[in-house]
Order: sequence, then structure tokens, then C-alpha cells
Amino acid sequence: MAAQSPALPAAPWSPPRRQASLRYFLHRYARNRMALFGLWVITLVAFAAVFAPRVAPADPTKPDFGRLLAPASREHLLGTYDLGRDLLSRVIYGARTSLLAGVVSVGIAVAVGLPLGLMSGYYRGRLDDFLMRLTDALLSFPFLVLALAIAAVLGAGLWKAMIAIGIVFTPGFIRLSRAQVLSERERAYVEAARARRARRTGGSSGGTSCPTASRRCWCRRRWPWPQRSPRRPR
Amino acid sequence: MTRYLTQRLLLTIPVLFLVSIIVFTLINLIPGDPALLMAGGEAGQDVVEALRKQMGLDRPLVVRYAIWLGRVVRGDLGKSVRDGRPVLDVLRLKLPVTIQLAAISLLVSWCIAIPAGIVAAWKRRSVVDYTATTVALAGVSIPNFWLGIMLLYLFAVNLRWLPPSGYVEPWVNPIRSLERMVLPATVLGTALAALVMRLLRSSMLEVLGTEYVRTAQAKGLADRRVITRHALRNALIPVVTVMGLQLGGLLGGAVITETIFAVPGIGQLAVQSILTRDYPMVQGVVLFSAVAIVFVNLSVDIIYSLLDPRIRLVEARS
Repeated sequence: MAAQSPALPAAPWSPPRRQASLRYFLHRYARNRMALFGLWVITLVAFAAVFAPRVAPADPTKPDFGRLLAPASREHLLGTYDLGRDLLSRVIYGARTSLLAGVVSVGIAVAVGLPLGLMSGYYRGRLDDFLMRLTDALLSFPFLVLALAIAAVLGAGLWKAMIAIGIVFTPGFIRLSRAQVLSERERAYVEAARARRARRTGGSSGGTSCPTASRRCWCRRRWPWPQRSPRRPR
Repeated sequence: MTRYLTQRLLLTIPVLFLVSIIVFTLINLIPGDPALLMAGGEAGQDVVEALRKQMGLDRPLVVRYAIWLGRVVRGDLGKSVRDGRPVLDVLRLKLPVTIQLAAISLLVSWCIAIPAGIVAAWKRRSVVDYTATTVALAGVSIPNFWLGIMLLYLFAVNLRWLPPSGYVEPWVNPIRSLERMVLPATVLGTALAALVMRLLRSSMLEVLGTEYVRTAQAKGLADRRVITRHALRNALIPVVTVMGLQLGGLLGGAVITETIFAVPGIGQLAVQSILTRDYPMVQGVVLFSAVAIVFVNLSVDIIYSLLDPRIRLVEARS
């Protein structure tokens, strides 16, 4: 895996004024039909998860012993499984767990990976060398195997599983945010900020590189469905 | 070239070290005292202490790491707690299976992805392109376990064309071996193909827009020739990288697919050893997969620099 992943092509620079870039983002988003479709799907799933007790047609834990493994019918829209529970309700309640697991584990990965990547790209030097070798090493582990091993260390439980997945996702975010900072720090506006003697933390996290760099990192947000390898071309 | 090569090789050393440290710490962080486990519940304090000493658990972690690393380097990965077989022997037994599965899966993926990617880029915005792109999107989105179960249901349960699971060595009976590999390889291959196809399409489009392609077209070469001889070669460069990474991932074990189809490869071994708490085996499998991926990635980088000389020039300068 490229310790020397080529920097992504730079997107046209938009003014760092927050409101303007938000409006620009919404404008672009609204024009993309696929993105809007995706938004609808996510909204639907999130809605079902939040209002699960209202939306679900049946109690997900109540078995209907008269109808084990029943096909789809009016009472059970998706049928029942071998314990006689309503499948649709199970799916709706399952969305709660999946959404929570997705948001929390990606949240952990971003919270840890983004600052480390920013520092790594901005300060370079030994910190960068160390972090890059560490991410190289972590990315060498097969996703599921590493997650399982970390889960074995942490013990059982949903929250611990989310932490395990979050840890496995972290190196990807470190690499991604670092690559963004590397391409961003060469830009004129960063130099201008430096010339104004902006503090370094201000330079990397406040008004300049961080918003632009982090914005691009959001593109990588994905739900941690376990069959997906985090190793995608970068 | 030599300079790039040495640079790249030197970078591998700290990575391997870190991999070994991560594996060692992970296993040692797992709660529970191995000495207590081995001695059993009724054993007295002194017996446990003696066992701990015998296993070297009384020594500091760093010393234990050094001893462990020394053994690993000499090829001693310890013995399975379950059946006492040396971990390395078990790995050696499972590796050919995983390699066979990986090879067939990659073959399936190329057979689908390369023609589809070329045609999709060539006939851009045509029905073919939209179909291929949509199918690829579906391929990326469909979970492996679902596709696996559906294929099993259709071909093994309903149509009874193929055996549902298991493994036969190819040198024992090549046809039976292949029969059992078809389904898992299709599941893995289609998932990989989707990614390769999308990548090839976009890189092909990029190359088709360059001036040397226009030159080739201007001097009157047939489309077919422009694409196969001129455009495809350059378009494949980034694709090769991804294919290499995919190979690495497959060698690390296609955990879910191997489990569904009961293919006795590295992935299944990983799951079984984790479920049965066979820690030396877990350690061996994880270490093996990670090291395999490190070396696959190393060779991908080297091949990449051979294919595209610009890479090594830029690297050497920085």
C-alpha cells in the first residue's frame, strides 16, 4: 500500500467563508440526483430506526408460534423466520443497531484519525514518519481479522464492537486527512496565513486547511458492513 | 531504480516490526491468565506459579516479545492449544486452498471487469455504459454473504447443479475441485470486478482524452487498435495497483465467503481459531495475513514503478 499514495487532484478552491461554502455545498448536492436519492434512502432508514415502535407492525421479540417460517402475508409483510418473529419488525429494529454502530464507529475513527492526520501532514518530520509506518502496519491486517482480534481483547458487547471497528477504520482517515493537508498546505492561502503570522494551530485547524481538508474526508464515510474491506484505492 | 528499490525495502522493515508488535500486544492484552487456564481450577497457587515460570510468563513483556520474535523469525509460531499441531504446519495446509480460491476469484473478476470497463469507456453514455455502471454499483453494494447464500440456494439447493460446499484438492480430482470453487469464486470475483470495472472505466476515459490517443486516431488507426494497443496499456496502470491490493486482501483470507462455503482456507481458520480461543493459532494467522499483505503491497509498488517510471523519479526526488 503506497506509503506514497499520490495526492488527490486538487478541487477548485472555494472561499473559506463558512456560509458561502455551505450554500455552495447544498447547491451542488441538490443538483445531484443520485445524491438526493441516497439522502432519501438514509432518511427513510433513520426515520424507521427512530420511530421503530411506531413504524414496526409487530413486536420484534414476540413469536407467532402458529406461523413459523411463514411466507409474506398481510399480518407479516416480510414473513416470519424460524422462531416465528415478524421479519419486517426485526429489520426495522435492526436499523437502530446498525445506524448506531455505523455512526459511532465512524465517529471514533474520525475523532482519532482526523487530528492525527492533520498533525502528520502539517508538521511532517518524525511524527509523520512514525504515524505513516503505523498506518502501513495497521492497514496490512485484514479488516475483519483485526476487528475480531481487537474485539477479543475488549470483550463482548455492542459498544466494544463499535470501538473495535472504529480503531480498524482509523488509519484510513489518518491517511486521507494527511494527504489532503499535504496538497492543501502548499496553497497560497496557507502561506498567506503564515505570513500573517497566524499561529500554527490556527493555521492547521482553524480557518484554513482543516475545513477544506476535513470536508473531503467526509466522502469516505461508509457504514461498517463487515464484508467491505477498507482498503480501497486511494 | 536501485535507489527506489532500496528505499522501498527499507521502509518495509519498520512496518514489519510494528506488525509484529501489534500482533504480540493484542494477544497478550486478551484477558485471562494462560497459566491458570492450563493448570485448571483446582490447581494450587504453587502449581500455577511453577507453570507460569515454565511458560516464561513471569518475565517482563519486552523480554517475552524478544523471545517470541526470535522464535517467529526462525519459523516457530508455537503450537495450537486445541490439538497441539504446530501453527506453521496448519498454515501450510490451508494456504494452497486460499491461494487457489484467490486465483480463481481474480480470474473471474478480470474476465468480467476488463471487457466491461473497456466497453463502458469506449461507448460512453450509451446503454452499455449505463448498464455496466449500474450493475457495478449493485456489485459494490451487495453484501458477499447475501450473494453467497442466494447462489447456494439457487445452484446447489434448487437446481442441484453444483455441490453446496466443501473442498477437494485439485490434484486429487480437478473437476470436482473446480465445481466446489465456482460459487465462492463467483461471489468474491463479482465483488472485486465491480471495483475494477469502475476504476478501469474512469482511467480509460482519462487516457482517451489525452493527445497521444487523438494522434493515434488522427493517423487513421482503427478504434479497436487505438484502444487495445495505445489506450488500454496506460489505463491499466492504476488498475494493476488495485488488483494487487485485492490479491493481498484475498490472501489474508476471504473470511465470510470461506465460512459460508466451508472452504478450509486461511479465513475459515481465522474465524475458527478466534471462536475456539486458540490464541497461538490466532496469533499465527493474523501475523501471516499481515505479513503476506505487506509483501504483496511491496511487490505491487515495485511493479507499479516498473510500469510507470514517473513514480520512481518523483519518489527519489522527495
